[in-house]
Amino acid sequence: MSGPSFGIDLGTTNVCLAVARAENEPPATALVPQVVHEGEVAERPLLPSFLYLPGPAELKEGAIALPWDPDRTYVVGAFAREQGARIPSRLVASAKSWLSHAGVDRREAILPWGAPEEVEKVSPVGASARYLAHLREAWDHLHPDLPLAEQDLVLTVPASFDAVARELTVEAARAAGLERLTLLEEPQAALYAWVAAHPDWRKRLSVGDLILVCDIGGGTTDFSLIAVMEEEGALELRRVAVGDHILLGGDNMDLALTYALRARLQEKGQTIDDWQLRALVHSVRQAKEQLFADESLAAAPVVIPCRGSRLIGGTLRTELDRATLESVLLDGFFPRVDADARPETPRRVALTALGLPYAHDPAFTRHLAAFLGRHAASTASLPPGVHAEGRSFLHPTAILFNGGPTKAAPVRARILEVLESWIAAEGGRPPKVLEGGDPDLAVARGAAYYGLVRRGRGVRIRGGSARSYYVGIERAELAVPGVPPRVDAICIAPFGMEEGSEITLSEPLGLWVGEPASFRFFASSSRRDDEVGTAVDPAELEELPPIETTLEGEAGVAVPVRLRARLTEVGTLELFAVDAGGREWRLEFQIER
Amino acid sequence: MEEKRLGFWARLAMFFWLPWKILFGPRAAWRVREALSAPEVPEPAALPAPPKPPKPEPKKPSGEEALRLLAILQRDGRLVDFLMEDISAAPDDQVGAAARIVHEGCRKALAQYVTLRPLRPEREGETVTVPDGFDAAEIRLSGNVVGKPPYRGILAHPGWKAVEVRLPEVAPGLDATIVAPAEVEVA
Repeated sequence: MSGPSFGIDLGTTNVCLAVARAENEPPATALVPQVVHEGEVAERPLLPSFLYLPGPAELKEGAIALPWDPDRTYVVGAFAREQGARIPSRLVASAKSWLSHAGVDRREAILPWGAPEEVEKVSPVGASARYLAHLREAWDHLHPDLPLAEQDLVLTVPASFDAVARELTVEAARAAGLERLTLLEEPQAALYAWVAAHPDWRKRLSVGDLILVCDIGGGTTDFSLIAVMEEEGALELRRVAVGDHILLGGDNMDLALTYALRARLQEKGQTIDDWQLRALVHSVRQAKEQLFADESLAAAPVVIPCRGSRLIGGTLRTELDRATLESVLLDGFFPRVDADARPETPRRVALTALGLPYAHDPAFTRHLAAFLGRHAASTASLPPGVHAEGRSFLHPTAILFNGGPTKAAPVRARILEVLESWIAAEGGRPPKVLEGGDPDLAVARGAAYYGLVRRGRGVRIRGGSARSYYVGIERAELAVPGVPPRVDAICIAPFGMEEGSEITLSEPLGLWVGEPASFRFFASSSRRDDEVGTAVDPAELEELPPIETTLEGEAGVAVPVRLRARLTEVGTLELFAVDAGGREWRLEFQIER
Repeated sequence: MEEKRLGFWARLAMFFWLPWKILFGPRAAWRVREALSAPEVPEPAALPAPPKPPKPEPKKPSGEEALRLLAILQRDGRLVDFLMEDISAAPDDQVGAAARIVHEGCRKALAQYVTLRPLRPEREGETVTVPDGFDAAEIRLSGNVVGKPPYRGILAHPGWKAVEVRLPEVAPGLDATIVAPAEVEVA
């Protein structure tokens, strides 16, 4: 294999494409032509992950034409976001969060969520496919001699994506015409970007180091722990833990500041409409960045134009002062808490509104404490050099920040301060900070670099399955009326199962031919020590959509089969029922509800 | 152009051989008679001197690109709204608040579409030397300008030069005269 390697960061708010041509050359981000304003196409390094579905006669002909498709009926990218701010009911946003949301059928056309009947909707998979298709078309338009579909691609997913969300991501890529791809977890990609930028990385890390990758995006947060080990005299990296999918990010922070300033305006008797609220969010973000960039500023002005043509007199003016910034943003999202703090869980109410399962607790530090504390219990599977004895949580020795919000030095300083206080309380040493490159582009660049690493050049992070997976099997016991038979969850794919390997459950099952056979399916990101065949109480696990297959053949016959799990090289989990003759039936995720 | 006369020596040579040619060559004699009886071809007039390049006619601007830039500055920085408003009676703090919006938006738009750099690297107030053969379009002199360059003076303003203009291509159907569309919020 030769030729460049491509990395795609399919983010919640932005999509980014990077190209790595040679290992000693830093991966570069590619420009993506897109409609940026009505009738105006320009090249930008990021493609905002927004899809806008215009109504009839709403835009002039040619307003969303692309050089390679003058008759396009939808728009992706910067203009989709701009126009969607005006008409939100036709805007698809956060498609990626929907892709990982088990509460809905992710292949059904449900987006824009809550849109009126007349809007032609798309599925979360379909929306993601359109972003990727735009990326492919844009690249091919600029590089007709190097079609993207024929290149080696690495597509990143959050480490917290479960087997179903990964499968659906691959499905979206295939629908976009991208078949030659491998999945990579985003925090790993961020670390690859750091390795690519530091050829002397082996001198900066040593055996026993435990790197916390703290990836805070626009809408989601992802934690991973990666250990540095020694194997045959060389340093090796192994991903040892991933966190849960937390729908909390920089957008929450901007919104919190915006509401604080809106309240201040309202105290003065000034009301603002929805249009002005969006302008306020924009202005608050600018002010925040100004204050973060210049420590000497006490306050930054915030101005909101009125929508009409009278700019003077209609413009509202306030300011964002440092005290508000610190109390709302730092103390609100990064409070100084103890290591045993845990996120507040929502009170269970009988009727929960559908929609995205946003994080209930906005405190990143509490989510971080929960993540580090959860994995301290299972010490058996930790790599040598990493120890948790006498510690209430795993102590990271290094931290790598990623994602736009971590560009702010005070945010990084606060996270570090809190983490140091936890470690110091247990007598540990403060972690060092791995200074990275551009936190907005690192994931795509790291993914492109990983594409070269896969060809056998450079260090590779060994990860394997980030979760353990279980199938529900009914316990054979005396039937009691009114009591459903109890279900055991049997581990079929253990934590850390390697890509390219497969495992067969030794216990045979009888399946009826001609009838759909369905199993409950579970996962856990914290049960690191379960082995294949371990029976677990399902109450301790997270339930995923059931898996199902139909054995073809003469109906009414029961066939003894075994269940087999395979972690593909692509990074997806495949499950099969195998009979004595070696025939396989693929078990599909039943995500339809 | 070839000179249509012969020199003395060429004429002398001809004086000796031409009579013989006429006497013994009937065809040559006929050609000589024809040549001498034909009306003399008038010498073509000297080519007119290349005309002085006409003074470039002032180009009639189509206005389309200017309007597009104006539309961008209005879209991103509300410039037209600001300029079209009567600010004479408005208090300074309100003008200031509006100016921030115009400044932030227009500045960003300008950075995106035009690359500007100062014409002179020196700082304002520094002494500069204006060399002989300077471009009067780039440097405007004022004050006690006597004699020939080089001149020495104080830089009052370093000037601006648009190094690059990247106005976007727009869809052909769009009307450039619409600087900002009317906005209607549908209830």
